[in-house]
Amino acid sequence: MRTGRPLVTIRDLKIEGLAGEDWLPIVNGIDLDLARGEVLGLIGESGAGKSTVGLAAMGFTRDGCRIAGGSIEFDDIDLVAASEETRRSLLGRRIAYVAQSAAASFNPAHRLIDQHTEGPVLHGVSTLQESQEDAMALYARLRLPEPESIGFRYPHQVSGGQLQRAMTAMAMSCRPDLIIFDEPTTALDVTTQIEVLAAIRDIVDQFGTAAIYITHDLAVVAQMADRIKVLLRGDEVEENDTRAMLADPQEDYTKSLWAVRSFRRPEQPPAGQGAVPVIAVAGVTAGYGAAADVLHDVSFDIHAGRTVAVVGESGSGKSTVARCITGLLPPRGGEVRFNGEALPAGYRDRSKDQLRQVQMIYQMADTALNPKLRIRDIVGRPVQFYRGLRGAELRRRVEELLEQIELEPDLYIDRLPSELSGGQKQRVGIARALAADAQFIICDEVTSALDQLVAEGILKLLDRLQNELDLAYMFITHDLATVRAIADEVVVMKDGFVVEAGPKTEMFTPPHHDYTDLLLSSVPEMDPDWLDRLLEERGVDNIGEAARVRID
Amino acid sequence: MSGLARMIGQRLALGAFTLLIVSMVIFAAIEALPGDFAQAILGQGATPEAVAAIRESLGMDRSAVERYFAWLGGVFSGDFGVSFNQLSFQSQYGQTGERDVVTVADQLAPRFANTIFLAATAAAVAVPLSLALGILAALYRGSIFDRAANVGTLTSISSPEFFVAYILILFLAAANPIFPSISKIHADLDFWERLYRTVLPALTLTLVVTAHMMRMTRVAIINLMASQYIEMARLKGVPRWRVIVRHALPNALAPIINVIALNLAYLVTGVVVVEVVFVYPGIGQMFVDAVKLRDMPTVQACCLVFAAAYILLNLLADVLSVLTNPRLRHPK
Repeated sequence: MRTGRPLVTIRDLKIEGLAGEDWLPIVNGIDLDLARGEVLGLIGESGAGKSTVGLAAMGFTRDGCRIAGGSIEFDDIDLVAASEETRRSLLGRRIAYVAQSAAASFNPAHRLIDQHTEGPVLHGVSTLQESQEDAMALYARLRLPEPESIGFRYPHQVSGGQLQRAMTAMAMSCRPDLIIFDEPTTALDVTTQIEVLAAIRDIVDQFGTAAIYITHDLAVVAQMADRIKVLLRGDEVEENDTRAMLADPQEDYTKSLWAVRSFRRPEQPPAGQGAVPVIAVAGVTAGYGAAADVLHDVSFDIHAGRTVAVVGESGSGKSTVARCITGLLPPRGGEVRFNGEALPAGYRDRSKDQLRQVQMIYQMADTALNPKLRIRDIVGRPVQFYRGLRGAELRRRVEELLEQIELEPDLYIDRLPSELSGGQKQRVGIARALAADAQFIICDEVTSALDQLVAEGILKLLDRLQNELDLAYMFITHDLATVRAIADEVVVMKDGFVVEAGPKTEMFTPPHHDYTDLLLSSVPEMDPDWLDRLLEERGVDNIGEAARVRID
Repeated sequence: MSGLARMIGQRLALGAFTLLIVSMVIFAAIEALPGDFAQAILGQGATPEAVAAIRESLGMDRSAVERYFAWLGGVFSGDFGVSFNQLSFQSQYGQTGERDVVTVADQLAPRFANTIFLAATAAAVAVPLSLALGILAALYRGSIFDRAANVGTLTSISSPEFFVAYILILFLAAANPIFPSISKIHADLDFWERLYRTVLPALTLTLVVTAHMMRMTRVAIINLMASQYIEMARLKGVPRWRVIVRHALPNALAPIINVIALNLAYLVTGVVVVEVVFVYPGIGQMFVDAVKLRDMPTVQACCLVFAAAYILLNLLADVLSVLTNPRLRHPK
């Protein structure tokens, strides 16, 4: 793989970001070497500086950031000293970028192919005609459906996984020497992720392109990278060849990353025969507005002290089920029973006590907490509303709740959400749900916006609270690792139908429903040969969307 | 697209309703003014007999509600009435009959054409100018140019129109007699002569409306500069001006179009003062004269024209905003 002199050499790179009026260090002296045709994985949690380093390898810093020291050489061109014009002539032509969210990174106002051809035509690499033909060839190579015509669609007319591949094609349009992949599959469903991974790897191999692959997902980087560099808060932790790194991490931090997926909730005894479930979803059919049904005859039970994971990809209807249970979306058919009694369909018809019993924790703690309210009010409001406590009693209860979520009350009670970390915000979200003394809590993708170590902490907290308070959880997620960690029972949904349901142990042992099988087999494993093996077993046409369509 | 047709239909119906409300408010306002047409027109010679005679001939002895509905009935049959000014002189000279009667609509039409000509001239300069200035200010954000453009346009929008007008007259008509300070426009002028005489009022209006549009263009573009697709375009090596014109501007059009429509409506309705200063024979002049005389049919007709301009231009802006959205133009 490695040939000749390095393509990228970064020495002692320091980058600072503007916070208020001060420049604070983001990256504190990182070295990086990348040979032609090599793929380097950059991993770390959010705030590690991996995107900043990735962009710096292009000679680019985001607004509000500056290169404070060190050197960046790309093919013997000093990118720090280079003129704006020199840098611009490299961008797109010799160094390309693939962003995390293709949906946000394609301009909504232009067709895909017009955005694809812009770079090559602008840089004088090829004519419009040639570039269009090349785009179609790349689309075909990346296994996009209808490669001849898909480019003439607008971004909103194309699915997320397809957009991500179209963006990879766009990055390839000038046949660059280096591509920076910045978390290209993080926003995708597992089955979609795998086909994008396969497509990226295929095309990088095909053209011998060097790449920096940025991700927080170790299993993904294991498939993609020749070498891995681990970053933590702007410092390098360690770097090694992928296999050596996976087999034998040296630093404690790396080991902790590797160990992250180890949390397992102990197996619970099955609910007794005839026990009345806390929540029973019985034959629920629902849809939005005048549109067709998005849920079809969905039924499952959730017992006290147990966690039911509802698994499925985007559009499978798992969040819609939650909306039906909370009464935000009255079902068209069927009913939701709480401790054996049917709940009124719409939340407006429910009593305060019925409302109190069903609480939610949201995916984005950032947007779910009112940024203008202090923690005491965010948590105190439901206490006041449902239990009518005031004054000293109210304060005592709020402090108690903060202790339950392991936040020191004196330190946090008067803070604003913006003064908390992501994990702490999510803890406050949990405290707010607990404040109502509910028996049943819906957790909607509560860990998917968090780093793995932080997510682990949240899962442990939820588990402890469940044991202490005998709570019933409905855990909506698309992440099967989370399911393995916390679920007692699993409900697999696809296109608004429940395709499989049962205890966790049964779900993770064959035989499965075809769709469950596809989901399970699409979850990347830490083994660097996993993707090769899978492609060999399933065949390249039997992954992702193609396989999903076949199941219908 | 059928959704769009429905939206237009609803908005037109709502617009018609708005016009009805406007006509009531205006009628009530005229009623509330001290004095009436008879007193205003007779001035010093307002003997009680003469006033009563004119009032009777205009039907002003009837109740206000009756008179309003009589007028409204006429409007629904397409008759906006006759200016009191016309009628009164007929009654004074003892003439009756419909022979020489000039209706409000007849009087208004040429005036309206003049106003539209002035507004269009101002818009033809102001809209491209403010778009260009806004784009350049966004491109060179924070530079001397950006600041100068902001200060310049803000100064002109902060000064009263008549003040801007007199300054222009001072420099371009009095001190350096380049343009006429009085815009004498009549039907048989050729286009260029007409344009020449319209320059000063049009320039005044341009100075007044440019700031708003320019600043909206600038801020709409700058708001988008933090989006990921803009970063993507820059990372493709697209030059900065092209990033703005090709990647930011198409997505910034909706708010810009709305502000442009608002300013175009202002060009039609806000010309009153400017027309008076330059003695430009447009609706504004006519409107001011009619208010002085409490000439209800003329005031009503002018106000309805102004209101309709607002309604139609805002509707047009909304339709165009919808059309700039690719999600609506190209559904899945």
